Amino acid sequence: MSASHDKQLGLMSSLAAIAGAQALYGVSPAWAEGAAHSPIHQFEINNLIPLKLFGFDASFTNASLYMVLALSLISFFLISAMRQGALVPGRMQSLAELTYKFVHDTVRENVGEEGMHFFPFVFALFIFVLVLNVLGMIPIPGVTFTVTSQIVVTAALALLVILIVIGYGLYVHGLGFFKLFVPSGVPAWLLPLLIPIEVISFISRPISLSVRLFANMLAGHIALKIFAGFVGTLLAAGVWAILSPLPMALTVALTALEVLVAVLQAYVFAVLTCIYLSDAVHGAH
Amino acid sequence: MAGTSEHGTPALNTGTEAHGGGAAASFPPFNPDTFAPQLIWLALTFAALYYILSRKALPRIADVLEERANRIKRDLDAAERLKGETDKALATYEQALNDAKSNAGGIAKETRAKLAADVDREKTAVDAQMNAKVTEAEARIAATKTKALASVNDIAATTAAAIVSQLIGHEATADEVKNALAHLPGK
Repeated sequence: MSASHDKQLGLMSSLAAIAGAQALYGVSPAWAEGAAHSPIHQFEINNLIPLKLFGFDASFTNASLYMVLALSLISFFLISAMRQGALVPGRMQSLAELTYKFVHDTVRENVGEEGMHFFPFVFALFIFVLVLNVLGMIPIPGVTFTVTSQIVVTAALALLVILIVIGYGLYVHGLGFFKLFVPSGVPAWLLPLLIPIEVISFISRPISLSVRLFANMLAGHIALKIFAGFVGTLLAAGVWAILSPLPMALTVALTALEVLVAVLQAYVFAVLTCIYLSDAVHGAH
Repeated sequence: MAGTSEHGTPALNTGTEAHGGGAAASFPPFNPDTFAPQLIWLALTFAALYYILSRKALPRIADVLEERANRIKRDLDAAERLKGETDKALATYEQALNDAKSNAGGIAKETRAKLAADVDREKTAVDAQMNAKVTEAEARIAATKTKALASVNDIAATTAAAIVSQLIGHEATADEVKNALAHLPGK
């Protein structure tokens, strides 16, 4: 009883710490150079090492830094946790195995046994998005960046998914893959109406997949920043400082919500990927 | 894709302070100048992640999980086998017990029969011996009786001859006496 109470206290205080840091980030003049007050500022790409690759701008930016950080963390975690490969797993190994089984079951339930060769791809997508989302929730003033709040990143991942779906579908079913757009058991005179609808719904898949993740992360971080900014504004407004605990409490609550959203959106992305892959594996129903 | 660095839109920020104001600038996620580096680094990191996961990390976890599943299955199988062996040993024991029981019954019956036969044989032998002795005894008795009877005749003859000589002074010969005895009335 008291142990779970302690855990709740610990959770609450860590949320408060995160929210506090957000608030501090919002108000402190030390980091407030330029547009630090703006809730949009956190989405800016900062060029750390300018690079050129075949005439393209391949600069190492803060986004690159977070991608490389996520890659390193995931690789280090999964490989070091499984180093021992103990029969009775420890904490880290349990975590790695649970993540594996979770994604494995998701792929098997949504794509089926014959689509299990997509498991590494879905796992990579899930854990990459998850870690990028969660890293964005760890406030490091002036540094914190959420890669998944960039539409170009989520769009690229969604396009990758849909291209794999189309490519694999054509590879397995040939032109029969396009029967996906022809609903079965429908009178012929309805088809001219239904086929365009199906095509549009298929095309909207990568759009909704990318925009869902992008918008969730963007909106969440903007809301956090605005409420955290209120704390600073009120504190600096003389008597009104009395009211500052209100937005602070909201910031704490929003932080909890955003942690949930960070995990949930990674899962949603993975599950939708599985459902789309299922179409490629099984063809028209 | 979007390698338009000489396009009209503002270039990448080179530092936090370079991008002042914020209100006038375009919304950062929609700034096409940032697309190329993000896409390139996304491709690099995601490819590397996919490579590491599919070649190293995930097969390793799969191996460990499979090994554990195998180990559990092996242990269960071993338990099943040992249980089977125990059952078999128990059955063998029961069988041995039953065999021993029926053997014991057989041995008892056999022993009883053997003892009975022994007793019979002994009895027969003793009976035969007894019979032989009885027969012999009877024979001896008969012989003695015959001899005794013969002696009685002799004694009678001698006595008769003595009586005759005493009475009539005639020395009767043995043949006469014998003859006379043989013709005694009531004989």
